[in-house]
Amino acid sequence: SQHFSNLRQHFSFPSIFIYGHTSSGKTYVMQTLLSTLQLPHVFVNCVEYFTSRLLLEEILIKLQSCSGTEQTSPVRCDSLNDFVRLFKQAVASQELQDQTLYIVLDRAEQLREMEANILPAFLRLQELTDTNVTVVLLSEIVWELFRPNTGCFEPFTIYFPDYSIGHLQKILTQNHPPEYSADFYAAYINILLGVFYMVCRDLKELRHLAALNFAKYCEPVVRGEANERDTRKLWKNIEPHLKKAMQTVYLREISSSQWERLQHDGGEPGQLKGLSAHTHVELPYYSKFLLIAAYLASYNPVRTDKRFFLKHHGKIRKTNFMKKHEKTSNHLLGPKPFPLDRLLAILYSIVDERVAPTANIFSQITSLVTLQLLSMVGQNDQLDGPRYKCTVSLDFIRAVAR
Amino acid sequence: SHLDLSEKYLEVFYECSLCLQKIQEDLNKQLLENLVGFLSRSHSDFQEKTTEWTCRMKFREIPTAALVLGVNVTDHDLTFRGLSGILQDNITPYVALLEAKDCPGIKNLMQKLMGQLMKCDIDVDSLEDEDCVQVSQNRIRCSMSSLISWYESVKKKTDSETPSKKRNSSSRHWQSPPVVVIFKDMESFTTKVLQDFIVISSQHIHELPLVLIFGIATSPMIIHRLLPHSVSSLLCIELFQSLSCKEHLSTIIDKLLLTSQFPFKVGEKVLQVLINIFLYHDFSVQNFIKGFQLCIVEHFYSQPLSVLCCQLVDTKKRACSLSHDQCENIRKLQVLSWLKRLKEETVKLLEDLHVYHENYVLILRCLHVFTSSLPKYPLGKQIRELHCACLENRVWETEEYESSLQLARMLNKTDLVTMLQQCVEILMSSSGKEFDKTSEKLKEFLTQFQNLEDMSVLSQKELQKKTDLYHLQKTLLELKESRRSKKLTKFEMLRFEVVDYIDSLVRKYLIPADDRTLHEVVYFNTASVLREHLNAAPRTALHTALNNPHWYLKNQALKCDGGGISNKAPDICIAYKLHLECGRLINLVDWLEAFSTVVMAAEEPNADAASSDQVDDTIHARFIRAISELELLGFIKPSKQKTDHVARLTWGGC
Repeated sequence: SQHFSNLRQHFSFPSIFIYGHTSSGKTYVMQTLLSTLQLPHVFVNCVEYFTSRLLLEEILIKLQSCSGTEQTSPVRCDSLNDFVRLFKQAVASQELQDQTLYIVLDRAEQLREMEANILPAFLRLQELTDTNVTVVLLSEIVWELFRPNTGCFEPFTIYFPDYSIGHLQKILTQNHPPEYSADFYAAYINILLGVFYMVCRDLKELRHLAALNFAKYCEPVVRGEANERDTRKLWKNIEPHLKKAMQTVYLREISSSQWERLQHDGGEPGQLKGLSAHTHVELPYYSKFLLIAAYLASYNPVRTDKRFFLKHHGKIRKTNFMKKHEKTSNHLLGPKPFPLDRLLAILYSIVDERVAPTANIFSQITSLVTLQLLSMVGQNDQLDGPRYKCTVSLDFIRAVAR
Repeated sequence: SHLDLSEKYLEVFYECSLCLQKIQEDLNKQLLENLVGFLSRSHSDFQEKTTEWTCRMKFREIPTAALVLGVNVTDHDLTFRGLSGILQDNITPYVALLEAKDCPGIKNLMQKLMGQLMKCDIDVDSLEDEDCVQVSQNRIRCSMSSLISWYESVKKKTDSETPSKKRNSSSRHWQSPPVVVIFKDMESFTTKVLQDFIVISSQHIHELPLVLIFGIATSPMIIHRLLPHSVSSLLCIELFQSLSCKEHLSTIIDKLLLTSQFPFKVGEKVLQVLINIFLYHDFSVQNFIKGFQLCIVEHFYSQPLSVLCCQLVDTKKRACSLSHDQCENIRKLQVLSWLKRLKEETVKLLEDLHVYHENYVLILRCLHVFTSSLPKYPLGKQIRELHCACLENRVWETEEYESSLQLARMLNKTDLVTMLQQCVEILMSSSGKEFDKTSEKLKEFLTQFQNLEDMSVLSQKELQKKTDLYHLQKTLLELKESRRSKKLTKFEMLRFEVVDYIDSLVRKYLIPADDRTLHEVVYFNTASVLREHLNAAPRTALHTALNNPHWYLKNQALKCDGGGISNKAPDICIAYKLHLECGRLINLVDWLEAFSTVVMAAEEPNADAASSDQVDDTIHARFIRAISELELLGFIKPSKQKTDHVARLTWGGC
């Protein structure tokens, strides 16, 4: 924090880049710092303002309310050039010249999606506007992935390391519920981290999970079967419960409100089927065959079609039938594109009765594409022989074929 | 009389549509009620107890309903329309419906969303303050913050309005109604758009109580496929499943076809076509209904006797006003002697037909009670299959029926008794007196079964009573003896009797409709027309048009005998026929040569010109035009493999 100089009227470093993993406290530290030190600042999330125009306008709007004036008027800012001009005006009118102004851009990786001049311009905004301003970029990825080809002003980079298990323990314990002692809650957090630390280090998520399952932890105490010190008994009660939570509510297989209701009613989590349990998709008769044909076309080499789908395919030369590269499983290589004609030819041969090429058959192919079970390869002209890929898994096709 | 006919047709059509609408409304009732419950729960928890520790600690997720609707995408529109109607009536005026094709990027999504929400605001407001809302869309910044400020302003407005006259309309919604965003086709949205939208809205969930509804056609797994854990962890997802489309169809068939409410009926072949399209192609209930409506239209349009297709009470009036031609038509169908009696006879026959249908449905349902519980379902599990079988031909002459009876003769007592009870219920439900005797008879069977039971209990008791060894041995021997001699027990006798009785009912009442006189009046049976309309085969049609132009043009000159190419045919047909004989690559020069030969064949007299190598310029031009038409139709395309060659794109007969 020594970078944020106490001498407010001095020019600070033009741009600072802060990076670190999800929920390592970047945003929180920045916000607290700026508000406790009462530094003039603008805080903008780049995901929310997804175009450069929205972003620039938002900064200008926030700037208006920076020095306390509530009145904001709509601003129109189409280019960076306008922005620099309007920015200077705003700083002058708000009388912010005598101290450093901070512009914090959260989720800054989004800037790379915008026009090429936005990121370099923000990095040297101080120079462009000739005002005392520092731009702080917050991101989850490293600076090397930002640096444009053409080069730019190098910001000062700061790394926020992940919280260790000890840190997490300390932070989580701070917010203990008022009815219970801090020690009791700390023991609970310990058990929670023991289960979840391997899969989740996201502080927000952990806190959420802690709140969801705390009622269950307290159950023996509330019922009077154990006292608050009885850690072993409490552990025995909560540990399997947390493990179940890891498989269900943590993966969002069932929702947290459903989880709470289950807990409340004392039901078994097995009663509620998760999202992944509903894998079965019912398809019309010909759609099934089309999908199977597409799967075969995607994973069988063209050479073998004759052998599999013709009645009189001639003799197969056994030697060197498999080329060397084909020995690796086709399932590892993923689906290959195939033309429409091949799909229809396989369809005709796998359906027992005669299939008329009606409009309904063709529209089913399109339906399968909209359902994302097939995908169209290359957005070329429909007349020019469209090509498809089958995107479903072997398990799915097995279920369909049954 | 055309106007007359259209009126009559409209009457039937309107009745059916009304009934269908009612069925549709009732069908998804349960699902919609569950959804409404979820929505009303979703944000109220937070509003009530914000001070509690768990609520402060818990991450506030966006309530999300994953709505699994099945692959019949064409039907979804109606469901969503119903859903948003119900939501707007009961929960919130702020409902937005988003479709993937309108939202290629997050910007378009926000635009669409704000457009829909702010428009619905205008609908709620009275017209007087229209000008203040009429801000052109371009000037509104499409960002979440402007959406929030809009929400705050409308909330304030409704709050201040509540005490006034508008109380009635707004009191149905609560203090801060949620904003519902429906993603109609979840599968088609891009991952990026969804992720961005969810991340943005989750940051503002405290200011804008958002609820998401994902319309899913395949399986809820798609959520995990589209959203990474970091995003799906922002959601509180609950699953809702709609009725399967097959059940939906069964209800419609039950309420629309297996009833005597409507005068119009469909024949076996037609019904089969409709059901096949449903099961084989699209699972779409909407399309089934449209097909059915088409049947009505076709029937009234093509069948002159359809004037008589009306409710029973009107039959007499209609029959009296029959014209001479119409009477002739009836006479053609039926050998009826003199004109005076004809009209009365017709009325009588139509009444008979109506009664026949009423009885048919009842007995069909009874038979279905039996067949639907036999192992392997020889006559089908669904009543629609049984219905088709009975309409097709005399069901009692079929093998499947025979084996069904065999199986029915092996039913155990409890099953048989419950089935009989069900049959009695079905028969009692009818208003007519026709089946009073039948149901009496069935009840009699039931009491006989009851008596049997009592008797067996008695005999067992007797068995227990006779403790002395001699008597016991004797009775046991008797029992054994009776089994060995395959003498039927009383129960078996009774079972035979029941099955025979059911069989007699079937033979009496389930006669195919085709056997009835004047069935043409109410039964629509031209399946070929329907198939042509509903299951079009564009490739086949195109091939026929090009290969055999006479089929469509009806020009005698074009009638070709035995595959030859007539030079009178349109140029494109000649070119097409010639190209059928070629391989994958077609030499343009050869093709032109052949084309010119065919075209010139008629103009034999001035053959000197043809003998020269040079092809006539006109013919050349005609050829080029035919070729480019074929290319446009997708039969050939230019090839880069060989100069002056085109590639053929189609194979086989069509």
